Amino acid sequence: MDFAFLIDTMQKLLAGVPLTLELTFVSVAIGAALAVLLAVLRASFLPCEWLVRAYVFVLRGTPLLLQIFLIYYGIGQFAEVRNSFLWPFLRQPYWCAILALSLNTAAYGAEIIRGGLLAVPQGAAEAARVSGMSGFLLYRRIILPLAIRQALPAYGNELVIMVKSTSLASIVTLMEVSGISYAIISETYRALEVFLCAGSIYLVINFLLTRAIAQAEAWLNPHLRPATS
Amino acid sequence: MVKISRLLPALAVAVALAVPAAQAKDWKKVVIATEGAYAPYNMHAPDGKLIGFEIDLALDVCKRVNLTCEFVAQDWNGIIPGLNAGKYDAIMSGMSITAKRLEVIDFTRPYSNSPTTFAVMKESPLAAMPDSGVRVSLDDKAAMDKAIKDLAPALKGKVIGVQVSTIQADLLNTYFKGVTEIRTYPTTEEHDLDLQAGRVDAALASTSYFASTLSKPGGDQMKLSGPLFTGGLLGKGTGIGLRKSDADLKALLDKGLNEALADGTIKTLSLKWFKVDISPPS
Repeated sequence: MDFAFLIDTMQKLLAGVPLTLELTFVSVAIGAALAVLLAVLRASFLPCEWLVRAYVFVLRGTPLLLQIFLIYYGIGQFAEVRNSFLWPFLRQPYWCAILALSLNTAAYGAEIIRGGLLAVPQGAAEAARVSGMSGFLLYRRIILPLAIRQALPAYGNELVIMVKSTSLASIVTLMEVSGISYAIISETYRALEVFLCAGSIYLVINFLLTRAIAQAEAWLNPHLRPATS
Repeated sequence: MVKISRLLPALAVAVALAVPAAQAKDWKKVVIATEGAYAPYNMHAPDGKLIGFEIDLALDVCKRVNLTCEFVAQDWNGIIPGLNAGKYDAIMSGMSITAKRLEVIDFTRPYSNSPTTFAVMKESPLAAMPDSGVRVSLDDKAAMDKAIKDLAPALKGKVIGVQVSTIQADLLNTYFKGVTEIRTYPTTEEHDLDLQAGRVDAALASTSYFASTLSKPGGDQMKLSGPLFTGGLLGKGTGIGLRKSDADLKALLDKGLNEALADGTIKTLSLKWFKVDISPPS
């Protein structure tokens, strides 16, 4: 084992961690808000169920790699887009990656939250209505907290997958952990060591993330905590 | 079946040549391997014949030194082992002379050295960069310093696209780091797409590569700009690969190449196939 090389590689890869984390958090924040909106729209009386279904069908049914390529290289081909107000954002690889990751995770998130909403007991909603709650108040106080609690374990999976999905941003020139590892490999031809280092970085990030999700689950399920004396 | 039929004559020739090549220093016939898939250096014409810059050059050089030269197509992978195994006597396949290859085979003098330069969009403010078309050798420190000083104001704050881990990326990182933003792409085609989309202000690659880009659809909107960089970390160019034991053949071909370079034949062929002069410095 060439420890000097491993340490050097690790230092170079760690420089990409802030970008990996940023891509994850920004796209998860946007994607989660969009997912809640989509799930509520689908469950609501508004006639847009087919729209949400179509969105989920397309975004969940195509590879994220292609979505990033289409948003980055595809949209930029049209002069109309390049002359529009959107171009200052779409010109930058960073925002193209954020857009693709957000839209993608929103599709999965919407399905997870829909499952959570379906799992809210009818009785809880009825009891709230009897107490005079309705509309937004009903959602905010009763339905969403219960739905999120039900959905969190599945949503935790999605968060872990998102951390790993950011590695695809390297194909649009973003030098996050994977992008840096590809560059090191094409200089040194030492794929094994470099990918081992990169893999261990993702492993540590996801270890911390799954701990945090477990904490959140415990907090949202006070009735499952052991009784304290 | 095509491959086998192509290889059979190569094998037959290799067997025929293996004995004389080992004993006699009297070269009459040389079999040259080429990939046949690296336009415009070498490629297959629609009728299956090998054509290209290297084929034309080899015919010219062989005539100069009274050799009969014959081309065989050989996959890029395995082209060096095939040479050392005696399947053919030389390689002309756009092969750059590198230290790593020099460990296993020998090379003639370089016969082409495609300079590195910028491609930009025609309407871009970078369309007429300082020193455009001027050859600048990285070995000439004074000339290089001047070129960097001339280019710095034009390139300041611009984004340059380049293929990852190439000699061109080395050039940007060595000389233009801090002046421009360097964006690295997995392939050269991708930085061309982003140049056309306006995400990068210029792309840096070899002129022989850009020659093919400019002839593709959309390429008429692009043009080359800035100095033509050579030498230094960009390497010595492409040469004819030979077995280390064939010093006599190397001497013959070097003589032919030197003549072809001196009388402008290499320049003429280069303009014919690449539309730019990629002849090496003498």
